Amino acid sequence: MLTLKQTRSLRTLVLGSLAWLLALTLFFPIFWMVLTSFKTEVEAFATPPQLFFSPTLENYLHIDSRSDYFHFAWNSLVISFGSTLAGMLLAVPAAYSMAFFETRRTKSTLLWMLSTKMLPPVGVLVPIYLLFKSAGLLDTRLGLVIVYTLINLPIMVWMVYTAFKEIPKDILEAARLDGATTTQEICRVLLPISKGGLASTILLSLILCWNEAFWSLNLTSSAAAPLTALVASYSSPEGLFWAKLSAVSTLACAPILIFGWLCQKQLVRGLSFGAVK
Amino acid sequence: MKYPLIPAVLALSITLSSQASNAATTVTIGTVNNADMILMQQLSEEFERSHPDIDLKWVVLEENTLRQRLTTDIATKGGQFDVATIGLYETGIWGARGWLTALENLPADYALDDILPAVRDGLSVDGKLYALPFYAESSMTYYRTDLFEQAGLSMPEQPTWEQIRDFAKVLHKPEREQYGICLRGKAGWGENMALVSTLANAFGARWFDEKWRPEFTGAEWSGAIGFYVDLLGNYGPPGASTNGFNENLALFNSGKCALWVDATVAGSFAIDKSQSKVSESVGFALAPKQVTDKGTSWLWAWSLAIPASSDAKEAATEFVTWATSRDYSRLVAEKAGITAIPPGTRQSTYALESYMQAAPFARKTLESLNRANPRDATLKPVPYTGIQVVSIPEFQSIATQVGKLVSGALTGQMSVEQAMKSAQSLTEREMKRAAYYK
Repeated sequence: MLTLKQTRSLRTLVLGSLAWLLALTLFFPIFWMVLTSFKTEVEAFATPPQLFFSPTLENYLHIDSRSDYFHFAWNSLVISFGSTLAGMLLAVPAAYSMAFFETRRTKSTLLWMLSTKMLPPVGVLVPIYLLFKSAGLLDTRLGLVIVYTLINLPIMVWMVYTAFKEIPKDILEAARLDGATTTQEICRVLLPISKGGLASTILLSLILCWNEAFWSLNLTSSAAAPLTALVASYSSPEGLFWAKLSAVSTLACAPILIFGWLCQKQLVRGLSFGAVK
Repeated sequence: MKYPLIPAVLALSITLSSQASNAATTVTIGTVNNADMILMQQLSEEFERSHPDIDLKWVVLEENTLRQRLTTDIATKGGQFDVATIGLYETGIWGARGWLTALENLPADYALDDILPAVRDGLSVDGKLYALPFYAESSMTYYRTDLFEQAGLSMPEQPTWEQIRDFAKVLHKPEREQYGICLRGKAGWGENMALVSTLANAFGARWFDEKWRPEFTGAEWSGAIGFYVDLLGNYGPPGASTNGFNENLALFNSGKCALWVDATVAGSFAIDKSQSKVSESVGFALAPKQVTDKGTSWLWAWSLAIPASSDAKEAATEFVTWATSRDYSRLVAEKAGITAIPPGTRQSTYALESYMQAAPFARKTLESLNRANPRDATLKPVPYTGIQVVSIPEFQSIATQVGKLVSGALTGQMSVEQAMKSAQSLTEREMKRAAYYK
């Protein structure tokens, strides 16, 4: 018969092992991708797959000689941060009004905003392409910033709204009694209190923009092409380029993986918003 | 700071609006990622050196993504591309719609007559040329000469599919991870359906009769698909329904396939020591025939076309004529070796003794290309041109769906009969909707 303490340790052990197993399963493809990036093309498709081999940097050198990685990375950076900034500038006032000046239509407006995410992007490809062509936005960073801002706005408004809802209205009333204007109320009271929620919104938006491939492949060609376009350029139906594809994918993932690792606390907090309500 | 975001917004606006401007004419090239195209990209520095007024920009994408991207851009006259890499299938349809620039008045030293007739005709609509071929491919049979020798077998110049099955049966030794035959099984109009269409042609089948009615429930299609499922199911590698060109190339190069019927372009990969374990023991034969040898080897050419929406047509013409010229072939031979010359486009390549000696697959490639005739690819008469494709816009969608059904029959999810019935009804529906008949 197990004691209560033993039962608890056993449960911790089982749950811990399961969590590790799940985490390793999820991480395995990334691990294999990184490993493959250091193999030769012959080793990359060897069966059975090789875990031990002499690592080579030839794939990275090939990418360096064939593509301008920093051009693509810079585009990714500017587009991701640009659209996140633009999204936050719109999402914060929208969420503020919805959280603190709720009307009968607030809930349905929020749901409607989210429903726009359910539209398959390819359904609006041609109209958006034509609009971009007329506005001279094809293959521009500004064009992608606009699209990404609009794509991510519903989810950003939702997240900021949830963060604002956690703040008691009394705090804002106290600020108003002290003579704060609406701008001061938002900038000096609301934003500092909800910085955890805002940080996770920013981080999630950055990740979504960084990884977005459909619009970046369809609306850019060379000048504004981000890292997703670079990865796509190494995919080939005729020829074995798995090691090179792994190397370029590693290079594309690395910045956002490191960034995500550094900010994981905020990310977890953001993803579990409202989960315990 | 009172308004901390203002400097950030200003900095961002400046960065976003600072797109580089250049006095030279920019030519944007949309292309696919494969060995020949990568080489062209590398060697294009030579072109830029000799044409300082032309600046080349490359957009390299996976084949299907590129096709979708080009279709959107060209159909909406977006003007994002000055040179588009397209195949025979798109050239015919897009050329007829006026989406491409007709390539007339090419320089005399370009030697248009040197291009293989089948390829040149395939890229023309009503006598007008709409694209220049960069490399072309047909299909052929690859086999392991060492395994054939050990088993006392000999491969004819052009085997029948039944002979192929007999060979596969003898050489199928799954316990040693040696499979009798590798064939495309992955669903897709450019994947399994390329092979399946040539196999169906060999069995006397056709996609449509003279009145554009599909014939999947006929004896020819049922016989062909039944044979394919039996052959690949019994003597193929496990999970054959997910194998496309690349997967089969990896299997063949690692010594796991005794036979393989696929693109002639694989010849240079299979004999390349740096990527093939069986480079010394690869044999080549024509693609298999059965009741007929018509349409048994396919025809495809990756070609360079200039969209009608391009605003740099002159510079783009300079580039496409350079990249598909005899001088370019000479440059490739000099810089990357003679076997790296883009295959299947120019007769002069195959007249080079040094090329024919260095590339053991070259003779069969040329023979396959010369036999491929998109205007006479079936036993019975048809209203369309094309060997493994039917040159109508609806074909991509129809063939992809039929490809899924054939793949389903291969995995055993449905019987061959069920797959063919479904293929018949879906194709009838699509053709009626497109008003080919009522």
